[in-house]
Amino acid sequence: MEKQNYTVSIYTENNLGLLSRIAAIFLKRHINIESITASPSEVTEVMRFIIIVKVSEEQIKKIVGQIEKQIEVIKAFYHTDAETIYQETALYKIRSEDFLDDHTIQDFIKETNARIVTVTRQFFVIEKTGKRIEVDQLYEKLKPYGLMQFVRSGTIAVTKNEMPISGILEKFNTTNSLS
Amino acid sequence: MEVKTASFEKQSKKKSLTVSGAEAVIKCLLEEGVDTIYGYPGGAIMPVYDELYKYQKEIHHVLTRHEQGATHAAQGYARVSGKVGVAVATSGPGATNLVTGIADAQIDSTPMVCITGQVGSHLLGSDAFQETDIVGISTPVTKWNYQITNAEEIPEVMAKAFYIARSGRPGPVLIDITKDAQFASLEFSYKKCSGIRSYQPIPELNLLEVQRAAEVINNARKPMIVWGQGVILGGAEDLFKQVVEKSGIPAAWTILGLSALPTDHPLNVGMVGMHGNYAPNMLTNECDVLIAIGMRFDDRVTGNLEKYAKQAKIIHFEIDPAEINKNVHADYPVLGNVKESLKALLELLEPNSHKEWHQQFKEMYKTEYEKVIKGNLDVHKKDLGMAEVIQEVNIQSKGDAIIVSDVGQHQMAACRYAKFNQSRSNVTSGGLGTMGFALPAAIGAKMAKPDRDVVAVIGDGGYQMTIQELGTIFQTRVPVKIVLLNNGFLGMVRQWQQMFFDRRYASTNMVNPDFITIAKGYHIQANQVTERSQLESAIKEMMQSDEAYFLEVKVEQEENVFPMIPTGAAVSEILLE
Repeated sequence: MEKQNYTVSIYTENNLGLLSRIAAIFLKRHINIESITASPSEVTEVMRFIIIVKVSEEQIKKIVGQIEKQIEVIKAFYHTDAETIYQETALYKIRSEDFLDDHTIQDFIKETNARIVTVTRQFFVIEKTGKRIEVDQLYEKLKPYGLMQFVRSGTIAVTKNEMPISGILEKFNTTNSLS
Repeated sequence: MEVKTASFEKQSKKKSLTVSGAEAVIKCLLEEGVDTIYGYPGGAIMPVYDELYKYQKEIHHVLTRHEQGATHAAQGYARVSGKVGVAVATSGPGATNLVTGIADAQIDSTPMVCITGQVGSHLLGSDAFQETDIVGISTPVTKWNYQITNAEEIPEVMAKAFYIARSGRPGPVLIDITKDAQFASLEFSYKKCSGIRSYQPIPELNLLEVQRAAEVINNARKPMIVWGQGVILGGAEDLFKQVVEKSGIPAAWTILGLSALPTDHPLNVGMVGMHGNYAPNMLTNECDVLIAIGMRFDDRVTGNLEKYAKQAKIIHFEIDPAEINKNVHADYPVLGNVKESLKALLELLEPNSHKEWHQQFKEMYKTEYEKVIKGNLDVHKKDLGMAEVIQEVNIQSKGDAIIVSDVGQHQMAACRYAKFNQSRSNVTSGGLGTMGFALPAAIGAKMAKPDRDVVAVIGDGGYQMTIQELGTIFQTRVPVKIVLLNNGFLGMVRQWQQMFFDRRYASTNMVNPDFITIAKGYHIQANQVTERSQLESAIKEMMQSDEAYFLEVKVEQEENVFPMIPTGAAVSEILLE
């Protein structure tokens, strides 16, 4: 089966050690994690991991099954790029003299909707948020000018469809109070 | 004065509820109905042991001779009783010695709670003496694990541990408790855990799935059932038997499903898999509907997946959603506890007998009998065979014994030839294949069912991996019966070397000690069988003994286990010789 990017969204209890449990599921199958982020979710005290991997659909189904098996995982989903709105952020640090001397850099920034976040005598920091390909394009353009530093965040994503987490938690609360 | 009395009263009342973390651990065990635990003391778990001393009337602590033995004993106890087994160890090496047993319990879905001591919380991460990250180490082989650094967490975490270990698809849980948390005080109150919001142990049964499955089964011409340990874990043996009888469908077992249906049941057609029976393996690739119940299509069961039951519609009754479509695509998955799903199925099944189809199994059994079984049981061949020994145990025990087997050729002989009348009577290391499992597991099994005969069948290789547990048997006087099938080889590996490595017997021959003297050194009754004529009376003496008994049987050195599905071959490419 053909490999493609999948966004795995995992809603979890905030528990120490869960990250290594989840990471081990990928490690055991020799699957490279392209990016991973963890943050609070829309539900109080519930964390959300977003993991990007390039695998086949058959593989991702099994992986999500294994992830959901973990006790502290409330629910895990997988989505294709088409089913999500996803973004990543990158920071590019360039020498002030390059920036000021060469107007093409300023043009790039305008073209790509990047933003200047810090200006000092020595360096400029430019920020770009967008799809990975856009972040990469700006990187390629700035690279010839000698990037002092470059860093890119993990992908964050929201799905186009609803994620019924609150419903799942509510169901637990009702069934548990009934029993 | 009045004030003083009142405050004194208040104080004493408070004192009755205030306990140390270590005492809380014991109280939690008692709340969970635990009466027997297996373990080994050491520095970081000493406060718990000090409490065990005080509570020795309530809790029987069995001192094993190695922490691995404690886990296997707890597993044997759990497998036979259905209750959660408990193992205790100290930090560092004590904890790491548990890992093999934990991994074994994880892959064989055995409910177990392991409690480990840990260095004081102020020392965590400092590479302190006997500090090891056991939570990190055990993560991939536990259903859940947790480190307690605060005594107040103990009741809730322990309740959760037992709940997780036993619910749904059972498994091992490890709780690591820092020494300071064992010493610190807490107000003790206990509430059993009845649910965790992020964990659904049993998927909701969808009756539509059962209806679809029933329809397919009712219309099948050549259906076959393969059942696994799920039938036992779900406590669904009776229902399962009714399903088999009403539908008239031949039923085969995986190694862990063994004993859920009596061996003599007319519809029990034997074991599937690498060394399973000829008929169920061959006919897996001929049936039109394969009904998998509480089993997980292990590679030892399926052989080459590309050639596994491709002609059949697959129905999969399963509690763990991650098992559906993991190895074999299920055309009709039925998620849920087998106890519920089989109950629903039973009502929808149309009575049938599948006589002609069943006849095919019988014909193939005849082939296997002629080519394999007859020879295995032949009393005129030169050397004693393993199957003959098992057969003699069957005769003497009338099929009522609990058989605990280790790993290797003798395990296959035991599982293929042992006779079982009741469920939870076969204890073996299936998924992990842990040599050394049987001796300690037999200790736990016997303690769980003191009224039943427990016979450990072990090879000379595996025996020496946990032989020190003879000390546990001696100290506790637990009357287990040990049958050592000694062929002087690591027989299963030797068989593979013979078949696939041109008889290059690399490190598989064993120069063995005098096992009789060793057993006697532990004051365990010991006997040896060197020829066939001694077998019957020796087994008889062993079965009649009220004490622990060790019987060494010298068996043929280079016997091979057949049938066999070579690695990479299809189940229908099974070899008879």
